[in-house]
Amino acid sequence: MKKNLFVYCEITEEGHIADVSLELCSKGYKLAKELKVKLEAIVLGSKIDHVVDELTPYGVDTIYLADDKRLFPFLNMPHSRIVSKLLTENEADIVLFGATSIGRDLAPRVASTLRCGLTADCTSLVIGDHYVKKTDTTYKNLLYQIRPAFGGNIVATIINPDMHPQMATVREGVMKKEEVRTKKTPAIIKVDVSKYVEDADFAVAIIDRHIEAQKINIKGAQIIVAGGYGVGSKENFNLLYDLAAAFGGEVGASRAAVDAGFAPHERQVGQTGVTVRPKLYIACGISGAVQHTAGMAQAAQIISINSDPYAPISQLADYNIVGTVEEVIPKMIKYYRQNSK
Amino acid sequence: MSFKILVLAKQVPDTRNVGKDAMKSDGTVNRAVLPAIFNPEDLNALEFALRVKEQKEGAEITIITMGPPRAAEIIREGMYRGADKGVLITDRKFAGSDTLATSYALSLAVQKLAPFDMVIAGRQAIDGDTAQVGPQVAEKVNIPQITYAEEFVGFNGDKVQVKRRLERGVEVLESACPVLVTVHSSAAPCRVRNAKRLMKYKHAKTDIELQELSEDYLKLFESRPYLKIMQWSVEDLNADVDLLGLSGSPTKVKTIESVVFTQKESITMSASDADVNKLMKSLISSHVLG
Repeated sequence: MKKNLFVYCEITEEGHIADVSLELCSKGYKLAKELKVKLEAIVLGSKIDHVVDELTPYGVDTIYLADDKRLFPFLNMPHSRIVSKLLTENEADIVLFGATSIGRDLAPRVASTLRCGLTADCTSLVIGDHYVKKTDTTYKNLLYQIRPAFGGNIVATIINPDMHPQMATVREGVMKKEEVRTKKTPAIIKVDVSKYVEDADFAVAIIDRHIEAQKINIKGAQIIVAGGYGVGSKENFNLLYDLAAAFGGEVGASRAAVDAGFAPHERQVGQTGVTVRPKLYIACGISGAVQHTAGMAQAAQIISINSDPYAPISQLADYNIVGTVEEVIPKMIKYYRQNSK
Repeated sequence: MSFKILVLAKQVPDTRNVGKDAMKSDGTVNRAVLPAIFNPEDLNALEFALRVKEQKEGAEITIITMGPPRAAEIIREGMYRGADKGVLITDRKFAGSDTLATSYALSLAVQKLAPFDMVIAGRQAIDGDTAQVGPQVAEKVNIPQITYAEEFVGFNGDKVQVKRRLERGVEVLESACPVLVTVHSSAAPCRVRNAKRLMKYKHAKTDIELQELSEDYLKLFESRPYLKIMQWSVEDLNADVDLLGLSGSPTKVKTIESVVFTQKESITMSASDADVNKLMKSLISSHVLG
């Protein structure tokens, strides 16, 4: 039994390993160390020899390289065929995917092929045991897949006791990207693509693509002014843009605000949006559902502006200003300008 | 030429209105106490199907849902908006199914309706947000998939062209049929109910619902066969019970916690000029701002 931990590594439009994949390698490195197993990476793409240098600092033991011009851009069928077969042949025990439009397209199909469980959008991954009273059995070293569930109203810990591999997807920004000090050079295994795919796997063809340069980058912002449903309207959101401009920050939004059409999806913070770690997070009219707090709880300082002083977010905030955005934001801008001169 | 479109839809608890008794002790959702709605992205899927139908003469839409008997409500809702037929998959043995077990059951229903040309579903349901069932049905039926669809571009001969939403752009994919498509919320919203269709289909019923009705009603039913919503059990699908429900689900819920924040030492202040001024001064002097 090999029982190793695998990370499916995505290739970006620019031909690099995606940040989310490097974040998962960092998390995978720690989990693999705890389990005393190897960390293995699977990379599928076209002309990708350079990714070895990109992955080496993350402590990967093995890199499976499937290099074929038909493997980029991503297509579901060839990727799911190759990944499923590699995982089966190598007896994978844990497999991590980014929760992206690629990972969320690929992972469920692989899980269905392997008949194993898959937990989407995990916010935490921990190793632990599980005891079943009925059969008096203890399952050792399972992967606890922790995620907000049910619209973010609860947090669930999911396990797969019997059917392995255990698979999970994780959103970008949730895990921390950390290089490890290691002199280890990974073993490279070149995958003979023709043995893994058939012509029929290329039944779906890409006939057109439009990729835009990344526009809004709230993930990198040091100051975020975020609004929730309590902001009340798209017009009131303009106050948030004013405040963000004054502070040199970006505007974020909760899912409820995005659903209500107050802000575009690219600005959504939370489990189904982006995870941020700014030095200041100003939550305006945000009640504080886990769905949202999962994506911002690690901000260094949190200010909440809310007319309800007992909203759940008040427990998380360093400062709670009791009031509406209409009255508070103009004052913040005014006194910030007065004092910063 | 007939062209058969199957739409997979789910009745979901409205997670935007959740009370305290929403979860059962085994960690599954207590659907009985929550308002039930047509899963939002499944409505986008229905609209997508209707647009395909408009471009294909003789196309027919069958809406399939799995759930308790009351889930027939969304089949009727689908009929009011343009679906032609409905199938309710219902059986206590399905209870507790995770995405893998659910996709197994749905894949059997899809195969029972073969031959078909397209299977169309919402990207994900708001009670789970997993986006797994669509791709898993495609794998089990062994057909290609196109996820995150935003627009039906059109037919190219027998092939279909679909625009799909990516994080940083869009791509147009072309596939032969049959193919499974999952539709994103950025796709066109579903058209509203049609008054004539509402009159036509408001008496559409499943077998379970028929049992509670009077003799007169049954006669009406015999003369209007389109009012019948098909209802399938585990037996009708010839399903392996070991692959269903909790026993067929590799994922188990170990624990459920309602959310409690560890309380920080926080300062509560008013919206007065003096308080806001003080806060701004303190943030500037501690270099959080500026």
